[in-house]
Amino acid sequence: MTDSKYFTTTKKGEIFELKAELNSDKKEKKKEAVKKVIASMTVGKDVSALFPDVVNCMQTDNLELKKLVYLYLMNYAKSQPDMAIMAVNTFVKDCEDPNPLIRALAVRTMGCIRVDKITEYLCEPLRKCLKDEDPYVRKTAAVCVAKLHDINAQLVEDQGFLDTLKDLISDSNPMVVANAVAALSEIAESHPSSNLLDLNPQSINKLLTALNECTEWGQIFILDCLANYTPKDDREAQSICERVTPRLSHANSAVVLSAVKVLMKFMEMLSKDLDYYGTLLKKLAPPLVTLLSAEPELQYVALRNINLIVQKRPEILKHEMKVFFVKYNDPIYVKLEKLDIMIRLASQANIAQVLAELKEYATEVDVDFVRKAVRAIGRCAIKVEQSAERCVSTLLDLIQTKVNYVVQEAIVVIKDIFRKYPNKYESVIATLCENLDSLDEPEARAAMIWIVGEYAERIDNADELLESFLEGFHDESTQVQLQLLTAIVKLFLKKPTETQELVQQVLSLATQDSDNPDLRDRGYIYWRLLSTDPVAAKEVVLAEKPLISEETDLIEPTLLDELICYIGTLASVYHKPPSAFVEGGRGVVHKSLPPRTASSESTESPETAPAGAPSGEQPDVIPTQGDLLGDLLNLDLGPPVGGPPLATSSVQMGAVDLLGGGLDSLMGDEPEGIGGPNFVAPPAAAVPPNLGTSMGSGLSDLFDLTSGVGTLSGSYVAPKAVWLPAMKAKGLEISGTFTRQVGSISMDLQLTNKALQVMTDFAIQFNRNSFGLAPAAPLQVHAPLSPNQTVEISLPLNTVGSVMKMEPLNNLQVAVKNNIDVFYFSTLYPLHILFVEDGKMDRQMFLATWKDIPNENEAQFQIRDCPLNAEAVSSRLQSSNIFTVAKRNVEGQDMLYQSLKLTNGIWVLAELRIQPGNPSFTDLELSLKCRAPEVSQHVYQAYETILKN
Amino acid sequence: MIGGLFIYNHKGEVLISRVYRDDIGRQAADSAVFNSSGPLLEERLRNAVDAFRVNVIHARQQVRSPVTNIARTSFFHVKRSNIWLAAVTKQNVNAAMVFEFLYKMCDVMAAYFGKISEENIKNNFVLIYELLDEILDFGYPQNSETGALKTFITQQGIKSQHQTKEEQSQITSQVTGQIGWRREGIKYRRNELFLDVLESVNLLMSPQGQVLSAHVSGRVVMKSYLSGMPECKFGMNDKIVIEKQGKGTADETSKSGKQSIAIDDCTFHQCVRLSKFDSERSISFIPPDGEFELMRYRTTKDIILPFRVIPLVREVGRTKLEVKVVIKSNFKPSLLAQKIEVRIPTPLNTSGVQVICMKGKAKYKASENAIVWKIKRMAGMKESQISAEIELLPTNDKKKWARPPISMNFEVPFAPSGLKVRYLKVFEPKLNYSDHDVIKWVRYIGRSGIYETRC
Repeated sequence: MTDSKYFTTTKKGEIFELKAELNSDKKEKKKEAVKKVIASMTVGKDVSALFPDVVNCMQTDNLELKKLVYLYLMNYAKSQPDMAIMAVNTFVKDCEDPNPLIRALAVRTMGCIRVDKITEYLCEPLRKCLKDEDPYVRKTAAVCVAKLHDINAQLVEDQGFLDTLKDLISDSNPMVVANAVAALSEIAESHPSSNLLDLNPQSINKLLTALNECTEWGQIFILDCLANYTPKDDREAQSICERVTPRLSHANSAVVLSAVKVLMKFMEMLSKDLDYYGTLLKKLAPPLVTLLSAEPELQYVALRNINLIVQKRPEILKHEMKVFFVKYNDPIYVKLEKLDIMIRLASQANIAQVLAELKEYATEVDVDFVRKAVRAIGRCAIKVEQSAERCVSTLLDLIQTKVNYVVQEAIVVIKDIFRKYPNKYESVIATLCENLDSLDEPEARAAMIWIVGEYAERIDNADELLESFLEGFHDESTQVQLQLLTAIVKLFLKKPTETQELVQQVLSLATQDSDNPDLRDRGYIYWRLLSTDPVAAKEVVLAEKPLISEETDLIEPTLLDELICYIGTLASVYHKPPSAFVEGGRGVVHKSLPPRTASSESTESPETAPAGAPSGEQPDVIPTQGDLLGDLLNLDLGPPVGGPPLATSSVQMGAVDLLGGGLDSLMGDEPEGIGGPNFVAPPAAAVPPNLGTSMGSGLSDLFDLTSGVGTLSGSYVAPKAVWLPAMKAKGLEISGTFTRQVGSISMDLQLTNKALQVMTDFAIQFNRNSFGLAPAAPLQVHAPLSPNQTVEISLPLNTVGSVMKMEPLNNLQVAVKNNIDVFYFSTLYPLHILFVEDGKMDRQMFLATWKDIPNENEAQFQIRDCPLNAEAVSSRLQSSNIFTVAKRNVEGQDMLYQSLKLTNGIWVLAELRIQPGNPSFTDLELSLKCRAPEVSQHVYQAYETILKN
Repeated sequence: MIGGLFIYNHKGEVLISRVYRDDIGRQAADSAVFNSSGPLLEERLRNAVDAFRVNVIHARQQVRSPVTNIARTSFFHVKRSNIWLAAVTKQNVNAAMVFEFLYKMCDVMAAYFGKISEENIKNNFVLIYELLDEILDFGYPQNSETGALKTFITQQGIKSQHQTKEEQSQITSQVTGQIGWRREGIKYRRNELFLDVLESVNLLMSPQGQVLSAHVSGRVVMKSYLSGMPECKFGMNDKIVIEKQGKGTADETSKSGKQSIAIDDCTFHQCVRLSKFDSERSISFIPPDGEFELMRYRTTKDIILPFRVIPLVREVGRTKLEVKVVIKSNFKPSLLAQKIEVRIPTPLNTSGVQVICMKGKAKYKASENAIVWKIKRMAGMKESQISAEIELLPTNDKKKWARPPISMNFEVPFAPSGLKVRYLKVFEPKLNYSDHDVIKWVRYIGRSGIYETRC
C-alpha cells in the first residue's frame, strides 16, 4: 500500500498519459490511472478534461474502482452536465443490483451529482429505494430526498417524496427513522411555515422510542428535532423530560448537549414549585461538569453553552465553581471562557477562592488572559460588595508589579470600583498617580483622567497632572480628549481660583483647534454654561452619578432565550442568532422558549418597556452638522422639551449632562445675558442671534420630515407604534409607521436612544417579503444618537426587492444595525400603502373582471359601527387609493363598486353595501373578489382602518 | 450540516478534500439566488480551502478558537500531531456533533492504518475517501463504529463480489441495526474477559498544601472474548446502589458505607441501556467484541491523593534561587508506585543548576526550562527530597517570573477514587456456557492526570 506515489507525479503531458492509461485494457492499470486522477483532483489540479475517459471506467464489477469513479463524478459532473448524462444508465442499473450495498451506493452517489438533468432520472430509482426491503438502502434513500430537495425542491414536492419520508418516521429500523428525521428537519427549515414535521404526541412518542435504539448520531438528530416541539402542557413537558434525562449519561458530548437543550427548553413550562423541577435542576449539573473533561475543542463548545445556561439559570451550577478553575495547560480559548464563567458564578460564598485564583492568573504569560483576569477582579468587587476591599488591595498589589498592561487594566477597573463605591477607597489615589507616566492606552489614560477630575479636591497637584496631559492634547484619542475637557472643567468648578487659565486653555483647544464635532460641541456647551451660570454649571457637571450595574456584559434577555433554543449549535458558540451568520432563508425563523403554563408564575418576559414619547406635535431635533445649532433650534419652537432627568448620566460622563440637563438651564436665558464676570463669550458665529432667518431653510427641512405627514394629502397614516422596545435592543427603541404619499411609500421611524452610550452607524435591512418592500435609500442618521435623544427619519421604500411569501402576508422582518449590535423585529404593514394611484378600473372592465373571477374567490366581511354615508366613505377611501367605479341605490341601500390595485399588479374588486337611512344599522358589508384570495383579509383590514380613523 | 471536510498537512497543503454541499466556498458577495452563475465549484472550493489556510494554519497568532468564521463560512478544526482536520459549514450546525465527529473520524482512521500522519494519509487516501463516503452522507454522520465498518470496507479491495446474500444482509443489518456494534455468530473456545479500571487523578494544590481542586476521572475499559450475544451486568461499589440494597440490613450499610464511593457523574458506551441505568442504576449491556470503553466517571469526594508535594522556593538576591521539594507517598506500604517524575520549572534566565536528591536521578533540562527528577519505584508511606540551587543571569526584564506550578507524574496499582468492581455477570441464554465458565480478570491502575502544586 503505497498510494502516496500518486501524489508525486507532476510531469508534463500528464493528462495525455493518463488518458492513455484510462483506456487501457488491463484492469489494474485502469485502477491505477483512476487513483492518479483522484490524487491530482485532491491537490487541486484540473483533471476535468478526462471526464469521458473516467466515466468509461464506470461499467465495472470492481467496487473499489466504481467508488473512485463516483468520487470523480461528484466533483466534475457540474462542470460537464451533458457528459454526466452518460453515467445515468449505470446508476439506474446499479439501483437494481441484488447487493444492497451497491443499491445504496448508487442512490447515494446519484444524489450528490447536482445536475438538473440527472434529477429527472433519479426519481424512479429513489422511489424504489425508499421502499427497499433492506434498511441500509432505505436510510440512504432518506438522506437522498434531502439532497434532491436541495437541488429541486419543487420536484420533491411534486413527486410526493415528502410524504414517503414522513412515513419513514414510523419505520421499524431506528437508523432509518433517525435519517428521515434529519432530512425532514432540514427541509422544514427552508419552509418555515409548512407543518412538515407535524410533531404531535403520537409522533413524539415514536421518536422517543427510536431514541433508545439508534446510533449516537441518530440520537442527536432526534433530540434536536424534539427541541423544536412545544408540548401542550406542563404534564407532557415533564413526561418528555423524564424520557430524555437518561441521555445525559451518554459518552457522546453532543448527545448530552442536545438533551440539555431539550430539558432547558421544556423546563420553562414546568412550575418551579414542582418537585420534579428541583430534581431536574440537580440532574443537569453533573453532566455539564463532565463535559469539561472532554477534548479541548469540545470543552470550548461546552463552556460557551454553559455561559448561556449560567445566565439563564444560575442555580444549576452555583456550587460548581471549582471545576472552572483554569489549568495551566488549558488552551487559551478554554482559559478565557472559564474566566468568564467564574465571574458569573462569583458570590459571597466563594469569593475568597475566586480572588485567590484570579490573582494567580494575573501573573500568567498570555496578555489577553492576564488582562481579562485583572478585569475580572474589578468585576468581582462590583458584584460582591463584601469583597470590594480585598479586590482593591489585590489590584494595588498588581499595580506594584509595574507590568505595564496589568497596571493599565487595573486602573480601568479601579475607576469602575470608585463609581460603585464612591468615597470609600480614595486612599489609593496616590498610588495610582505614581503610575501616570506609564499609561499609554487611551482607555487607561481616560480612566486616570476621570479619577483625577472626580477627586480633584483631594489631589493637591491635580492641576499639574491634568496640565501635563494637556500638552499633547491633539495627539490624544477622542475618548481621552473628551475626558480631559470634562475633568478640567470639574477641576475648575472645585478650585476656581488657581485653574482659570487652564480651563480657558482647554476650552479654546476644544472649540477652536479641533475638528471633532463632539469635542467642539461639548466645549461650547461648557463654555456657555460657565459663562452664563456657574452655579448651574456646578449642578450639571458635578451632579451625583448613578451607580453602575453589577453585570456588565449579560446577554440581552430575548437573545438569551433564543440562544437557549440553539444549545449545542454554532449559534450558541458565537452567541449570535443564526441569521447573523447564515445566508439566505435558512435559520431566519426566530425560535423562542415556550411560555410557562402554570399561571402562578409571574411572567419573566420583559414587557415593561415604556412607550416612546408621543411624537408629532413637538418636532424632535434632527441634529445636522454642528450638533449645537440643531439643539438650539429648540429655543424658538414653543415650549422647551422637558430635558431628561439628570440622574441618567452615563459612564461616558459629561456627554449626557450636557445635552440633557445642561441645555435646560441654557434655555431659560436670553442670549444677551452671556458674559459672566470672568468670561469671554464664545465666538459669536457659533450662536447666531437670529435663528429664524439664517436657519430658515434648515427649519423647513425639519418640518417636511416630521410634521408634514398629517397635513399633506395622502393615504391614512396610523399613529406610530413601538416596534422594537428598548429592552430588546440594548437601549435602542424604535417606533414607526408606514405612509404613502403621491405614489411613494415611506417608513417613518422614530429612534430613541435609551441606553447610556452614544449610538452611531445605523443601517437597516429588510428580509425578503411578500411584496418586495425594500429601502430605496440607506438609513440616514446624520449624527450620533446621544443618550436620551430621539430622531425621526423618513425612510423611502420601493417594491422592487426580492419576494418571498410571508405568513401573515403583510409581515415585514427588519434588521437594524448600529455600533452596538444588530437587532431584529418584525412588524405588520397596513396593506393600503401598497394601493397604487392608478387603481381605478374602467366600468366595463370591472363588470367583466367581476364575472371572470370565480365565486369561490369571493370573501365577505362586515365593518361594524361605521356611521358614514356613501359620499364620506367614498372620499375617504379615495384618499387611500381605493376608487369608486360605480354607485347604485338598491332598496334604500347604497352599493359602492370599487377597485384597487396593488404594487405588484394584483387587482382587488369590492362591493360595499351601506344603509345610510338606518341609524341603528351602521354596519357596512364588504365583498371582495380577487384572483389572489389570500390578500382579501388584509384588504378588509385596510378598509376598516381607513374608515374607522 | 457539515458541508465539507478537508485534511491539511502542516504546510497547509490539502491532502484530502471531500465536499458534501454546494454552498461551501461561495463568497459572501456571491450569495445571489443564481447558483450557476457563481464561480465554478472548483474555484469556490479553492476559496474555502485557502481561507482556512491563510486564517488559521498560517495565522501568526496562537489559535484563539477551534471554531472560526470567515466570510460567513464556519470552520471547525482539530489537530492531530501536525495534521489538521477541518470541517466546513455554512449553516447553524450542531457544533458539539461536528467535533465529536472529527474525533470519531480520527479514531476510525487510527483503527484502519495507525498513526495519523501525512505519510499514512497519503498512503491510504483511497481508503479515506471510501470511509468518508460511508460515515458522512450529505454531511450527516452515519454509523461510524469501526467494528461494523471493517466488515465491508476493507483494505484488500472489496470482497463484495464473493459475498453471499446472507452475508450482505448481515452487514447491512449490523450497520443499521439496534446492536450496530456486535455481529452475530461470534465463537470462542475459551470465554474470557478483562476489566481495566484506569483512573487519572488530578490535583491543584496551593503552596501551603491546601487542596484547591481535586478530581478523579476514570474509565472502565473492557476486553471481551465471549461467544454469542452475551448479556452482561456490571456492578461496582457505587454509593447509591449500595445504600439502596443496604436498606434491609442496617449493619451492612454501616460496614459497606465506608467502602462505597460517591460518583459525581458517569457516561457510558452506547451499548449500555441508559434508561435502565436511569431508573434502576444498573449497568447492563451486550458488549462489542474486543476492546472498548464501557464507562467514564468522575469523582471528587474522598480521593486518595497518592503523593503530596511540599515546595519551598527562596529567592536569594536577584541572581539566585534556592528550591527544595519534598514528596511524600500516601498509600499502603505494601504497594509500589512506579514511573515517578517531578518537574520543577526554572526561570528563563537560568544559567546553571546544582541538584542534590536522595533518591532517583535529577537533571536540569535547559530546553524544557525545568529540573526533571525521576524515581523508578517508591513504596507507600515514604518520603524523599530534592534540593537545587539555581543561578540566574541578571536581566532588566521588569516582568516577574510567572512561577509555573510543579507537576508530577506517577502510576499506582490502585484506584485513587476507591472504586471497586463488585461483579460482572455474563448471561448467554442461547449457548450453553454460564457465568462461572467465563474467566475474568480485573486490574486497577491509577495515573497522574494534571497533578500540580503551585510554588
